[in-house]
This record gives sequence, C-alpha cells and structure tokens, in this order.
Amino acid sequence: MPLSQEPTLTLSPDDAHRPSVSAGGTWQVHALAQGGAMDTIASFLKTLKDARSVAWDLSAIDSLDHIGAQVLWNAWGKSRPPALRLAPEQEEFFRRLETTGKLELHRPRKQRLTVVMKLGFSMLSFFEHLAAFTQLVGQVTQDTWRFARNPLRGPWREISANIFHAGFQALGITALVGFLIGVVLSYLSAQQLRNFGGDIYLVNLLGMSIIRELGPLLAAILVAGRSGSSITAQLGVMRVTEELDAMLVMGISHGFRLVLPKVVALAVSMPLLVIWTDMMALIGGMVSAKIELNLSAQYFLQKLPDAVPLANYMIGLGKGAVFGILIALVSCHFGLRIQPNTESLGRGTTTSVVTAITVVILADAVFAIVFNGVGF
Amino acid sequence: MDDARVSSCGADGELTLDGSVPVVEITGLWTKFGRTVVHQDLNLTIENGEILSIVGGSGTGKTVLLRQMLGLERPARGCVRVFNEDISLADAKHLQQLRNHWGMLFQEGALYSALTVFENIAQPMLELHALPPDLIRDAVLLKMNMVGLGPEQANKMPSDLSGGMVKRAALARALALEPKLLFLDEPTAGLDPDRSESFVSLIKSLHRELGLTVVMVTHDLDTLFALSTRIAVLAEKHVIAIGPTREVVRVDHPFIKKFFLGARGQRALEALDAPEGAYAGVYQHSESEL
Repeated sequence: MPLSQEPTLTLSPDDAHRPSVSAGGTWQVHALAQGGAMDTIASFLKTLKDARSVAWDLSAIDSLDHIGAQVLWNAWGKSRPPALRLAPEQEEFFRRLETTGKLELHRPRKQRLTVVMKLGFSMLSFFEHLAAFTQLVGQVTQDTWRFARNPLRGPWREISANIFHAGFQALGITALVGFLIGVVLSYLSAQQLRNFGGDIYLVNLLGMSIIRELGPLLAAILVAGRSGSSITAQLGVMRVTEELDAMLVMGISHGFRLVLPKVVALAVSMPLLVIWTDMMALIGGMVSAKIELNLSAQYFLQKLPDAVPLANYMIGLGKGAVFGILIALVSCHFGLRIQPNTESLGRGTTTSVVTAITVVILADAVFAIVFNGVGF
Repeated sequence: MDDARVSSCGADGELTLDGSVPVVEITGLWTKFGRTVVHQDLNLTIENGEILSIVGGSGTGKTVLLRQMLGLERPARGCVRVFNEDISLADAKHLQQLRNHWGMLFQEGALYSALTVFENIAQPMLELHALPPDLIRDAVLLKMNMVGLGPEQANKMPSDLSGGMVKRAALARALALEPKLLFLDEPTAGLDPDRSESFVSLIKSLHRELGLTVVMVTHDLDTLFALSTRIAVLAEKHVIAIGPTREVVRVDHPFIKKFFLGARGQRALEALDAPEGAYAGVYQHSESEL
C-alpha cells in the first residue's frame, strides 16, 4: 500500500541546551500497526530519559490520527510538553486530548468467592431451577386440563408439526443407531455365550436388554440431542427476537401454544420411536446371530415371546412416553430462561441437552427400582 | 459472464486513499436474489469527503446497495470499486486493508452481545495485534468520549444499554480504526428527536474533524437535510437522481414529489436553511439511457 510511510522519531542534539526530537512519516493506526513500528517507537522512547524535557517537533508528520496522537500523548505523560511544535491541522487532535482530560476505566470489582459461597450459590441456583421447573410442570398440567376440556380448540397444528419434526424426521437416525447397536450387542454376547454352550439364550439376552432397557434409552438420548437442542434454541431465539413478548401481548399463552404441543408431541412420538428402535435393534441382532451362531430368524422370532414377557414391552413403551415428556419439559424450561444474547443462547442449549440426558438416565434408574419384580 | 465483469471494471488500480479517485465507484451494477432483480444497471460515484445519503422507498434495495459496497453481497453483473479496488475481485490481503479503512454502523448496532461496550470497541484494535494494551485502553476511552459515552458505560453489556446508547457504542466501534469511509444504515431510526438531533451533530462534527466520507441510508428527512452534501434517490432499480439536496427536490419524478414534497417533507425543507445554489450539479438519468 503506497499510502503510509513508517512513523519515525529522530533525536537531534543540535540546540546547545535542549535536545530536540522530530517526528516524521505517517502516524496513523495502520502505519503504527505495521511491522515492528510500535516496538521501534517504544524502544526509542525508553532511551529518552525525560520525554517532557526535550523539544518536540511534529510538523514533519504527514498524517496523524487520534491513535497516533495518543501514542505521543502517553509518551509525554498525558500533558502537553513545554516545547512543542505542531502543524496547524494537528492542533485539533491534541486539543481534544487536552480537553478530554484523564479518562479512568473503572474496573468492575472482582467478586472473590470462597468455596462455601460458591457452593451456596450453586445450591441456590439449583433450587431456583427446581422452583421454575415445578412452575412449568404446573402450567403444563393446567394447560392439559384446558386442552382436555375443549379439545377442538387445542393447538393441533403445532402438535402435528412437532410430531413430524421430533418423530418422523428422527426415524432415519434411530434406525441406523438401533441396528448397529443390535449387531454389536449380539456379536459380543454370542462370543461369550458360545463359551458356556448357551447359544440359544442369545434371544433372551437380546430381547430382554433391548426391549426393556436399550431401545427406550437409545431413542431418548437421540431425541434429547436432536429435538431437545432444537426446542431450546427455538425458544431462545424467540426470546432474542421478542417473539415471546409479542405472544404475551396478544394474550397467547406460552404454555398452551409452545410448551404443551411439544410435550404432547414427544409423549406421542417417543413410544412409537421406541417400537421402531426396538425393531431395528432386534433385526440387527438377528442378522448378527445368523452370521455368528447360525441362529435362524425364524427360531429367533418364535422364541422371542417366551423369552420376553409382554410386561417388559409395556414398561419399555411407558418409559418412552415418560422420557419424551421429560425431554420436552427440560428443553422448554431452559429455552424460556435464555437471556437475549448469543452467549446465553449457546450455554442454554448445551445445559439443556446435558440436563435432558441426565434426567432421562435418572428416570431410567427410577423405573428399574419401581418395576424391579415385574416382567421376569 | 465472468469475463464481462472483469473487462467492464477495467484494470485493477492501486489502493488509493488520497482522494484523487472517487471513494466509491459503482458501474452497471445488477443485483439479483433468485429471480428478483433489485438493482438494474445502477451507477453511482461517491467523492472524497462528501456525505452522500441514499434514499428510496422500502424494498428498493438501499441497504443491499450498502452491503454491495461492503462486499457482503456479490454483484450479478457490473462492478463496485471502493478506494479504486474492485471488491468482488480483490484478494484477501487487499480486502483486509480495505476493511481496515472503512467503518459500518449497522441498523441495530450489531454490537457483540457477549462482550462489554469496552471490549466491543477495543475488538478492531486488538485484531491488529500490534498496539499495547494501555494505548488501546486510552484510545477506546477517547472514542467513547467522542461519541458521548462516559467511562462509566465501559463495562456495561450491550443488552443493558438503551437504543441510543447502542447506536453510540456501535458508532464508536465503527470509528475505532480511524476509517476514511463511514457507512451508516438508518443511523437515527428508533431514536427520539432529541437524540437524533445530537446524533446528527455528532456525525457532523466527526465528519469535519476526521475528514470522513460518509455514505448513509436514511428515511428521516430531518437527518437527511441536516447532514447530506448530496442525495442519491433510488427508484425503479437504479439511481434516478443525484445531486445537492435543493436540486434533487426539484426533479420531476413521482417518487421524489411524494417523498420530499409531502407535508413532512415541506416542513423539513422549510427548516433547512441553506443558501440557494445553482442547479447545475444535478444529474438525472432519463428513461432512454436505460
């Protein structure tokens, strides 16, 4: 770029009693930022013992800007040196610096938290989340009651759109993951069972683990990652763009139009996804069993109803519905709490997915305890 | 098509900032979004040191024209030269140099919401990786002072600021690297009259002090008349008239009549206290030129 010459400072000790420094070149931010210009200037200024005692001549500078002026101003200790020669158009910059005076940046007081205080804050925040979540559950219960009393005026369009997005569009990924897990599980179990000569128990092992445990859990984790994040992000963006406020102003309840449809949609589509995932995982298991143990698909299917009592299937479906409701509630909870800025949006979405998956696994543990004698 | 674009722009010159060439030169610009044509054979030249306002009805592509000048949209045909550099053909290094010499004030401020006001304004300076921290601190505070923000606002987050404050902080950020060219998109939209007034005088004093070239899109007639040295009117997909305010107002075109000579326009015009000039500088594209 031809426009800038390097900013220079030259010391000439010609005057008998007072050395003088003359500045030249371009003293604009882009020239200063090029190469090592700032370093050269800083080391030159260091060699001057007292920058204010020398005479300064800036009239040779071909162009100056506020940042260039600020560099010199700081070198002078933020006041005009006694001997200073300026070109007329440079006067403006230094006059501004002079009239502005010293500007102090107030550093915000850093909060030093002790471990106990941090623990206290996180406890408080946990209880706050718990209270808000309880409120949300209450709201949804009320809205469900309102929906049940007058189903014709319910948010059907929203529900069907949500079923499409969270359910139908998740078929591909759940099928793929389910199938692969089925193959892996069957393959690994077959090797162990063969050691004990218990090949035929593969059906019991696969059927029980997939239908009762893995199918619902896999589907839930995938849906939490897929739909949970999208629900949180959607509500968060609606907060940022003030759409949530617009709905309130028009008297459209967030609970009835946004939260309830998502809860209903996931409660409906999750059990269906569980059936689908179970099916795919069992097919994967069958394929692997055929290859590894030469167990025919016919035998597998014949043996399955005996090996897995129907109660397990029902527990799996129930788990699906409960997981779906929990995922929807958790994602809505975090979505509605997002502050109108980008950082909060990102953090909220992450927290939402992590919490949703954790809550699903916790609920799974509760199911295991509650139904511990059922279905064997 | 690509060859045509290269040849229509002529040879690439050196980046010039000394004012010998127009700051922005748009020739034969076409902008298309899918099948919608926004600009059709649009020509516009912006001279060094002027304040040019672009006016036009909603949806006539004023903001898109600004975005073309900033290289945020690609021309379908024609070329946009800023500081004598064709921005759709410039390589990364030249583009970065260009970007360091212009500042843009977005309509909604576009402050980084995760950073404080101070960090927002310091961001362009930090990107240079050459300035010492204490210099950046002083320079940011000076910029804030110039736009009328006290140091007590420095640690606030953008979401804690009022609309006027956001505009000021965004202006300070746009001015951070001492640009030669400043783009303003609706600078006074959403400000109360008092604040728009002070914003106008702020731009005026900065223009005088820093020798800026200002390109502004605005609907606000008071701002328009108070600031512009020239006005470009966008209608029918191109610039229908360009020239000093008083002359553009006289141009006989239905849009101009409606825009400037309605009740609001009359009031603003009466308030405009400018000496009557000759009508020589006005340039009106006639239909036949298309």
